[in-house]
Amino acid sequence: MKQHIGIVSVGVLLLAGLVAPLATGAGTPGFYTEVLLGGLMAGVLYSLVALGIVLIFKASGVFNFAQGAMVLFAALSVARMAEAMPLWAAALLGMGIMVLVAIVIERLVLRPLVNQDGVVLLMATLGVSYFMDGFGQTVWGSDIYSIELGIAKEPVMILEGVFQGGILINKDDVAAALVAALLVALLALFFQKTSTGRALRAVADDHQAAQSIGIPLNRIWVIVWSVAGVVALVAGMVWGAKLGVQFSISQVALKALPVVILGGFTSVPGAIIGGLIIGVGEKMAEVFLAPVLVKTFDLAGGGIENWFAYVLALLFLLVRPQGLFGEKLIDRV
Amino acid sequence: MSDAQGAGDVILAVEGVTLSFGGVRALNEVSFDVREHEVRSIIGPNGAGKSSMLNVINGVYHPQQGTIRLRMDGALREFHDMDPHEVALSGIARTFQNLALFKGMSVLDNIMTGRNLRMHTNLLLQALRIGPAAREEIEHREAVELIIDFLEIQAYRKTPVGRLPYGLQKRVDLGRALAMEPSVLLLDEPMAGMNVEEKQDMCRFILDVNDQMGTTIVLIEHDMGVVMDISDRVVVLDYGRKIGDGTPEEVRGNQAVIDAYLGVSH
Ligand SMILES: Nc1ncnc2c1ncn2[C@@H]1O[C@H](COP(=O)(O)OP(=O)(O)OP(=O)(O)O)[C@@H](O)[C@H]1O
Ligand SMILES: [Mg+2]
Repeated sequence: MKQHIGIVSVGVLLLAGLVAPLATGAGTPGFYTEVLLGGLMAGVLYSLVALGIVLIFKASGVFNFAQGAMVLFAALSVARMAEAMPLWAAALLGMGIMVLVAIVIERLVLRPLVNQDGVVLLMATLGVSYFMDGFGQTVWGSDIYSIELGIAKEPVMILEGVFQGGILINKDDVAAALVAALLVALLALFFQKTSTGRALRAVADDHQAAQSIGIPLNRIWVIVWSVAGVVALVAGMVWGAKLGVQFSISQVALKALPVVILGGFTSVPGAIIGGLIIGVGEKMAEVFLAPVLVKTFDLAGGGIENWFAYVLALLFLLVRPQGLFGEKLIDRV
Repeated sequence: MSDAQGAGDVILAVEGVTLSFGGVRALNEVSFDVREHEVRSIIGPNGAGKSSMLNVINGVYHPQQGTIRLRMDGALREFHDMDPHEVALSGIARTFQNLALFKGMSVLDNIMTGRNLRMHTNLLLQALRIGPAAREEIEHREAVELIIDFLEIQAYRKTPVGRLPYGLQKRVDLGRALAMEPSVLLLDEPMAGMNVEEKQDMCRFILDVNDQMGTTIVLIEHDMGVVMDISDRVVVLDYGRKIGDGTPEEVRGNQAVIDAYLGVSH
């Protein structure tokens, strides 16, 4: 019961934050909607990174700290290769590279460390993360590179009849959202409709039983890390197209940590909804909460985007440690 | 009792197996064999090492000493540091003492996973359900439906197994193992925690599998009535050692076995 009160109050708080700017007239409906959409867009990217983390965590119980580094590495690979070939070819080749990365990680990191504590594996992925960040720059360079999706960047005005002044929206943002949705749909199809997907779900449920019916864990790990690699590649391309491919991607992708705390480590819908909540939440906070803080407390008011997600995650840890959709963690005694 | 008694060749041989966990000797130079088509039971007090024995055969644990041999292509071949999934590929299936079903999945999907090692078409075809993949899925689906009918769980096909009562979950566990069409089936206390009727049903299923499919059964069970009733031969373990081996009658008359069960000090 106490738990419910906690989660309900956090929910109410979030909702209040969502409607407050409209109710108080802090922004025109058109501007408000623009901020909302901007938040959703950032959220889609967080969701994609979180999705990779959840997939790996479900299948192997490893928290993959390197997911952000994988996003950067994939984006770098595609951006640089696209200088010499069409983008689609670079993307396909990039997928191949991510599969290779998965094979190497399984062989050199996961297999030797199997049956070690979760902490050891977390440290290992931390190492992988730093290695990939650096190695990517060693191979591909450390400038800012661009990925051209071939979609016009200039914003278009929509809904001019509904809101005064209409809403500015970027075509490439819309394309990114569609790509993300398509990816999630494909993954759902893969997990629900293929026997490999069934095997993956089986491994996620019970390692030992899955092995005893002939499912090879090693191959499953390679598949899961490959899928996470492809998800990273899509996230990296969308991100790179929007903001340029640069080192900061790897850092920003760490926002996926609060996202999975919010959504639950084992929940795919949780990763997606958690990403959207955090994306929208931090944009709203930055745009509408900051001025309030400046006015009432005489603060400088900057940088909310940097801490909002983590504070929200902390709140969730207090009221609902397993996250929105995660399974309840009960220690077996 | 099945009529296979004494008939078949040795299909599985356990030779001098010793397994220690730190200071605990769970198994101490245990040897016995299992013949084709028989129902071979392993009994013994709590902590005797029965589950450990199954886990060694299954490849979960690798013993410090001793070997496991399995008949493959007509000859007994040694299992060398095999993983559970390799053991499964060579035709040994098992159920678990503490249920280890895929709780989030339906009964049908749980049993379908047992067919996984028999599926070969590639991912894209599977996802699109076209060509050979469609045919394969249908074939396996038919095999699974037969098992579901056999175990009389048609009514629960789409139910997530986590929601089924315990006795039915035990059946699904058996169904998943049967879907592998194993030559040897290891059952770790398939009737634990069941009432009399449920036990009778489970006995019937086990005997039918043994009779109709010719599957060799290795059974761990605490209910002596059941064991004496359906076993061809029985191994008795106590504190990791084998203290008896023979037909139910022989084992029943064995003084060491009687002492172990009455708790006479060693
Ligand atoms: N993974 C393990 N680590 C340490 N000790 C273990 C492990 N598995 C089993 N043991 C020990 O080995 C011994 C044999 O255990 P096992 O589970 O094989 O007994 P059992 O005959 O199946 O008993 P039960 O009838 O209670 O199921 C016990 O002393 C047990 O504590
Ligand atoms: Mg046991």
